[in-house]
Amino acid sequence: MEILVCVKKVPDPAENEIAVRRDGSDIDRDDLVYSVNEWDNYAVEEAIQLVEEHGGSVTVVSVGDEESDEIIRRELAMGADAGKLLDDEAFHYSDGRGVAAILAHAARQAQYDLILTGAQAEDAAAQVGGMLAAMLDLPYASLVVRVEVKEGDKLEIAREIDGGNLEINEIDLPCALSIQTGINEPRYVGIRGIRKTASVEVPVLGAAELGLDPGTVGRAGAKVRKLDYFVPELGQGAEILQGSREEIADQLIARLRGRGVIQ
Amino acid sequence: MAPQVFVYVAHRGGQAADPALELLSAARVLSPNGPVIAVAAGHGAGLDQVCRDMAGRCLEVWKLSNEALAYPNAEAIRKCVTGVLPSGAVLLLAHDTLGMDLGPGLSIKLDSPFVSDVVAMDPPQDGVLKLVREEYGGQVSTHLSCDISGGAVLSIRSGAFPASEETAVGEVRDKSPDIGDLSCGRRFIKIVGAEAGDVDITKEEILVSVGRGIEDEDNIEIAEDLAKALGGVVSCSRPIVDAKWLEKPRQVGTSGKTVKPKVYLALGISGSFQHLGGLKGNPFIVAVNKNPKAPIFQVADVGVVDDLLEFVPLLTEIIDNH
Repeated sequence: MEILVCVKKVPDPAENEIAVRRDGSDIDRDDLVYSVNEWDNYAVEEAIQLVEEHGGSVTVVSVGDEESDEIIRRELAMGADAGKLLDDEAFHYSDGRGVAAILAHAARQAQYDLILTGAQAEDAAAQVGGMLAAMLDLPYASLVVRVEVKEGDKLEIAREIDGGNLEINEIDLPCALSIQTGINEPRYVGIRGIRKTASVEVPVLGAAELGLDPGTVGRAGAKVRKLDYFVPELGQGAEILQGSREEIADQLIARLRGRGVIQ
Repeated sequence: MAPQVFVYVAHRGGQAADPALELLSAARVLSPNGPVIAVAAGHGAGLDQVCRDMAGRCLEVWKLSNEALAYPNAEAIRKCVTGVLPSGAVLLLAHDTLGMDLGPGLSIKLDSPFVSDVVAMDPPQDGVLKLVREEYGGQVSTHLSCDISGGAVLSIRSGAFPASEETAVGEVRDKSPDIGDLSCGRRFIKIVGAEAGDVDITKEEILVSVGRGIEDEDNIEIAEDLAKALGGVVSCSRPIVDAKWLEKPRQVGTSGKTVKPKVYLALGISGSFQHLGGLKGNPFIVAVNKNPKAPIFQVADVGVVDDLLEFVPLLTEIIDNH
């Protein structure tokens, strides 16, 4: 099975407090720690497991900047076979549709049986997978938490719906799926593993290489534009307890006692 | 000129899903006085009932009935909605598991821009809509502009707009004959219900809930000790289940359980919309988080800005010694 996985570099939510720059033009990116979007990492792991069981290869693709090369190499270290970086000044400030269009052009360069994306990204809108599938006229399912290969070029997949219920579907290959976290346990890769991928060539493809009209993507093609960032007005907000750790614990116990939680 | 606004009404068992009336309120931002048209797809008596109910809410309801729509398969819905909507239509749908399945692809097929998970918006000016979305689990928000002059698909966050109280004497128009071929590459098989766990967190009055801030599986014990001291049980947010540190039935949130405790201690939980969506009944919320900007502090009653790995064991010790 030939599998394409779309990944993205994002500020790591576990490592960063996200703040807004004073002028509101962006989040404060000084000292941010970036990593691969968590959902995408699960998607890569799922692709690798499918190929381990059924044969084929995994290609990882990212729309990003030169620093995204590191993210691609991380996924190569996990076991992906090839990587492609889609980087062009014309791609900057693309809306979701623009990103999907860039990925669609990359997907058309080969015959993929399965295209995976993360269900969403920390800094985005849970839209690229569904858009990409529609552009490529592929069957699509979102929020996938289980994939099984069936006879006759089909998959049985489980979607996570409300309340922890699962919706089981059959879907024809080729198709596109967006992967929900928790579908598997992504393998760990260390710095050493990533270094070993240094000799692997990760081609950088721009609009020309992809045969893409630059006017349809990037800022020029965007019908949805980000105007500014802000921190929403706090409502009432919590009463933040003050004092030493012991004093705070005592205050909290008093509050809980007031509620009858502690006798 | 106000755009022609449609709301997609999801339904189950003959009843419109809760967001339908919120979508009608959101539609009023786009079209303060014009008609808003509800679109419902399905099959059988349930669909007829929903269409009749919605006709009491808006002047026009478009019914899309087909056997292939008996279960809400996003691909089939997309095909029939694309077939009947006029060009330039603005369609609102709920940002839920169906909306996430349906919205992005639908916007491509309608050749319209898409904005997901909208929490607020201003009336359009010269065909441009200004909207608010959240990023990074609600830590920051963004204003976006969206050119809706040629139509748009917008998915709306549950609870972001009030339920519409408007009533109408509307008409149901059967658009089913306009539905084309609905054969799909994806076919619904069945729903598998959520697994049961060793404890039922939906029935507990005191929940000690852990999130990413617990850092390590071994640290879950810290929460268990506090739960024991308080006579409650341990629940968690999604990352803990994803990491397989606790079982799925312990998860609070829209993709987990909906709980209604009296007291909810959120330890190292940032407080994403999806997590808070599973917390009902207005509990007394205590948040412990080392990030003072964590969204959980906006909804908590009492906040402790500290490392839970230091603070919680001390708290437990003091309670145990009393």
